[in-house]
Amino acid sequence: MLLEVENLSVTIGQISPLEGVGFSLDRGEILGLVGESGSGKSLTALAVTGLLPLIDGRVTAGHVRFAGRDLAALPPCALRALRGKRIGLVTQNPMTAMDPVQRIGAQVDVMSRLHLGLSAAAARARTLELLTRLRIPEAAAVCDAYPHQLSGGMKQRIVIAMALAAEPELIVADEPTTALDVTVQAQIIQLLGEEVKRRGLGLLLITHDMGVVAQVCDRVAVLYAGRIAELGPVGGIFARPAHPYTRALIDCIPREGTAPGSLTGIPGAVPSVTTYPLGCRFHPRCPRARPICSATVPPLLNGHACHNPLEGADG
Amino acid sequence: MAEPLVTLRGLSRRFDTPAAFGRPARSMMAVRDVSLDILCGATIGVVGESGCGKSTLARLVLRLIEPTGGTVHFDGADITALSARAMRPLRQRMAMVFQDPYSSLDPRFRISDVLEEPFRVQGLPVPPGRITELLGLVGLSPAMAGNYPHQLSGGQRQRLGIARALALSPDFLVLDEPTASLDVSIQAQIIALLERLRAELGLTYLFISHDLGLVRYFCSSIVVMYLGSVVEVLADPALPPRHPYTSALMESSFIPDPAARRLLAPLTGEIPSPYNLPPGCAFATRCPAATDLCRHTAPTLISDTGGHALACHHPPEPAAGGATP
Repeated sequence: MLLEVENLSVTIGQISPLEGVGFSLDRGEILGLVGESGSGKSLTALAVTGLLPLIDGRVTAGHVRFAGRDLAALPPCALRALRGKRIGLVTQNPMTAMDPVQRIGAQVDVMSRLHLGLSAAAARARTLELLTRLRIPEAAAVCDAYPHQLSGGMKQRIVIAMALAAEPELIVADEPTTALDVTVQAQIIQLLGEEVKRRGLGLLLITHDMGVVAQVCDRVAVLYAGRIAELGPVGGIFARPAHPYTRALIDCIPREGTAPGSLTGIPGAVPSVTTYPLGCRFHPRCPRARPICSATVPPLLNGHACHNPLEGADG
Repeated sequence: MAEPLVTLRGLSRRFDTPAAFGRPARSMMAVRDVSLDILCGATIGVVGESGCGKSTLARLVLRLIEPTGGTVHFDGADITALSARAMRPLRQRMAMVFQDPYSSLDPRFRISDVLEEPFRVQGLPVPPGRITELLGLVGLSPAMAGNYPHQLSGGQRQRLGIARALALSPDFLVLDEPTASLDVSIQAQIIALLERLRAELGLTYLFISHDLGLVRYFCSSIVVMYLGSVVEVLADPALPPRHPYTSALMESSFIPDPAARRLLAPLTGEIPSPYNLPPGCAFATRCPAATDLCRHTAPTLISDTGGHALACHHPPEPAAGGATP
């Protein structure tokens, strides 16, 4: 197993935004991590890349194992050797992921020079090959450009090239297409999926869009208020979601045949970390809540954490 | 339903960038020759990618910026010819909801101040109980009236933006990507709210979005823009698109169903610079069906009797059973 997250709990100061989160990811696999803002998706990305100290976060229970090694037990220098080299990160906003005063080529070159020890010429050749693979027209001219001269979609492709340059085994992509137009989003998601499958990488794809999950992911973990609500293969979860939250997320996207007036959204909002309700954290918004839901935390069994799962769901 | 509330004729806007730092002066047409009738009670969706001119069009319709050509008629009056003073009474009847619920609210205004401001600008007294009524209308608690925007979530801020737009009981709302910066769950809430308000208050909407799936659900007709020009008007959102660009937009929206997973044929090629448009059809550089004719001659927008309009030299044949005679 490439990545194993087991019973992970994270605290930042007095608050505990992640509690008992667990999932695994194998090589050649795409795992979608979905949920609304405030559910802990990006925090999970920080935990998986060993970047929690940046925000004064601490793992208080559980493990993140990458290729068998517990990230929390590694000293900072060993973590630094993993990040970029074996774990690539694609962030949401491509503008802040790049240096505005350095040319594109230099920014991609540095990844393979640093992590693969290539010479300047070999690194540039590799950069050109990568950019061409990512269908960037006139790659040589783009290498000489500065980030502000490129469109958002082009910049996001460059950030993906930077993540791929050191031949990582795992890529963590945190909402990689949220800032982009739909046509460009389709291109980027497809490219990312192709590269992952071709190179046999693991991809942890963080998104709030069930449409994106349905299009590229193999498995999906649904996160709500810092806990896993449902976990399983994409086919089963979309055909027969067990957790009412998963059902509601899917129903938020209008599709062919959605009757006018039938789109309702999920009432209320994700509770903030200081006001998590007792029991199942979704129960105040849940149409199927029972008395037990506000009293006892539902355990994650058979891929879902729900006292009153939807009928027809798997096991 | 039959009377047009807003009529656009040949509406255009050119932006000029003066020469600076050795770069020559240049100009671009952000909106080019747009004609449109918005009927009372209709919801017109305008879709297109970033930079296609849809937000400029929204601002032109409300005359927040001046057009460089063409006219906007609101309820029969040519508002492009009115003075700012003569515009003011008409402004009570039109309002806008902005994309970003963070930058569109003054952080130092209490929620009650935000909702009273439209009355202050118009020099009108605030009717007693109106603030409470507005908050209730958009599903916010009246107890929040003394709060500041930073105490609200993104969805609540956008509800406040809608309440502000409704303050003076307008007939016409321009919604400029009101859900683009929200979570899908909150987006669906806001759309449901807009649907309810449309039915309760008899509003007419111009809805700007880049999400064709959402527009097909929410709107009564769809205008597709590409680089400043209208390329297709779908009088019925359920009809299959005929312009290759509209088809590409549809192909690009992901359906939340893994069984419908497909290999996309994504648009190749980049969007041409709006400062340097190709001579023919602006979409020819990315169009799979482009020929030499497309690359040299721009197609004109031709309407049929059913209200469908298309600007394409080589449209696919309409599917059997389509509405086009």
